[in-house]
Amino acid sequence: MLRFIAKRLSMLVATLFVASFAIYGALYLAPGSPIAALTGGRTLPPQAMAEISQRYHLDDPFLTRYWIWVTSAMHGDLGESIPLREKVSTLIGQRIGVTVQLVFLTAVIIIIVGVGIGIVGALGRGAIDVGVLLAAAVSAALPAFAASVILQFVFGVTLGWFPVLGTGSGFLDSLRHLTLPAIALAATAMALVARVTRTAVREELDKEHVQTAVSRGLPWSGVVRRHVLRNAAIPITTVVGITVASLIALSAVVETAFGLNGLGAYLVQAAQNKDFAVVQGISLVLVFAFVVTNVVVDIAYALLDPRVTLGSRAQ
Amino acid sequence: MSIEILDPVAEVAETSPERRRFGRLGWLGWISLGIVVLALLLALLGPVLRPFDPNTGDLSFSNVGPYGSHLLGFDQQGRDVLSRLMAGARTTIFGAAFVALLSVAIGTTLAIATAWFGGKLDAGVSAGLDVLFAFPGILLAVVAAAVFGPSLLSAGLSLAIAYSPYVARVLRGAALKERSLAYIAALEVQGFGAWRLCVRHLLPNISSLIVAQGTILFGFAMVDLAAISFLGLGVQPPQADWGVMVSEGKSGLLQSYPMVSMSAVLCIVGVVAAVSFLGDRLDAASKDVRR
Repeated sequence: MLRFIAKRLSMLVATLFVASFAIYGALYLAPGSPIAALTGGRTLPPQAMAEISQRYHLDDPFLTRYWIWVTSAMHGDLGESIPLREKVSTLIGQRIGVTVQLVFLTAVIIIIVGVGIGIVGALGRGAIDVGVLLAAAVSAALPAFAASVILQFVFGVTLGWFPVLGTGSGFLDSLRHLTLPAIALAATAMALVARVTRTAVREELDKEHVQTAVSRGLPWSGVVRRHVLRNAAIPITTVVGITVASLIALSAVVETAFGLNGLGAYLVQAAQNKDFAVVQGISLVLVFAFVVTNVVVDIAYALLDPRVTLGSRAQ
Repeated sequence: MSIEILDPVAEVAETSPERRRFGRLGWLGWISLGIVVLALLLALLGPVLRPFDPNTGDLSFSNVGPYGSHLLGFDQQGRDVLSRLMAGARTTIFGAAFVALLSVAIGTTLAIATAWFGGKLDAGVSAGLDVLFAFPGILLAVVAAAVFGPSLLSAGLSLAIAYSPYVARVLRGAALKERSLAYIAALEVQGFGAWRLCVRHLLPNISSLIVAQGTILFGFAMVDLAAISFLGLGVQPPQADWGVMVSEGKSGLLQSYPMVSMSAVLCIVGVVAAVSFLGDRLDAASKDVRR
């Protein structure tokens, strides 16, 4: 077990190094000189140019510059946004809270609603099951931006139940502002989780140990809880973890649609303004979050299912 | 080719009246196929058939609903919505097709090469793909837009690169299984070269899986490309595109004029649902045949 975790963690570190190298190197693929890219193509007085060259170590070899960038990133220093003259870490710090809240709320919705209706669909027969499958099919076909627009129109504009734009202040108000975005972000993933849950629970229900428990006369609710759900939890945990990890980058779409001042929306803005230091910084944070979540899911999977050894990971 | 192999099996296995009437696809499958064919026709002919010019508008008709021969009304700049939908089908559908074809081409090449040669090549490519898995498609596209400027090309290329590891992983398994079969060994003993074996024998035998993967990816690509255009980092306005239209219609939507955004959303969701339904069917069929 420890060897498994150690190997996963070393793979994590290797992946992060290569990924950070790719993110940093991407800037140098841009047409034109790095200094033009950093200043957004404006001409600055020679003195300022020299200062920028010095601050970004532009006269050093590429690998040295990368090393300086990545080691200061480990200390929480992601450089400075040239157009805004502010530290990237400050800019990220102001916005990361919204994104974390949004992804957290989305995860809660996915777990409660997705797993919930999956279980209901598996246990119920006939009409209930068909209803669950139908709801899952509809919500699976709703990409995040489409769901955002529809929810905004129906619950924001027409019914007026929820605010359409902005982040809000205070706990309850933020929650109200984040509800629609979180549902929009959850839509597709929820359907996937519901389908996997339904299949996992169905498969478990048909197993011999469950039939044995039932024929021994154990109460149905106890059988479901102790014999069915506990075993079905393994694939469900994996799919929840993987889908939540994939939502981290997708939050950019929902944040932009709802005008939330989060990391993703800011990444899009920075990309439009060619604010490279910010693009690099936020990309690094998002990739870090994505990779770490995936590793946590892998380890949780191994802990939940003692049969798993490294290399036989299920899809 | 895979379908001809499949059919007799299906007919023996499934003979319910509904099956006999609608075949393997089922009635939902036929509807999906119809939607996909319609979308393809629209992508080919839409920009020609559109009733009005999609790019010239009359501001006095800003956000006016259906009126006379303008069946879906006007957008904020007074342009005909139906014409923009028809013209926008081209970038949306062909963009997604480009992404699906490219990622399947990259993924298949990597899968067959790694399955065939194994060893160091396999280990190296797998490690590279593991790193690529860390980049979600949308993130890659946003970074590409920052570096190369926003365009359909940069968005499409980054999505194709981001999807190819998924294709490669699925197909590598199938190719490995195929590689270990006796007929390949027999042909190798007869002295046939690796290239000929891969292209003439291995590739056709996993083709049903490749088609299924491509179809599924087409759906993903349409959603992601539309999302990127919605963010303003893909197709650039005033070029008509379904993703662009969703974002163009947003200000109208917030003033209770949902026509522009909603019609584009409906087009995207309809085509994506149809494509992913067909993809699932093809995938299931390709797995039946390998069983």
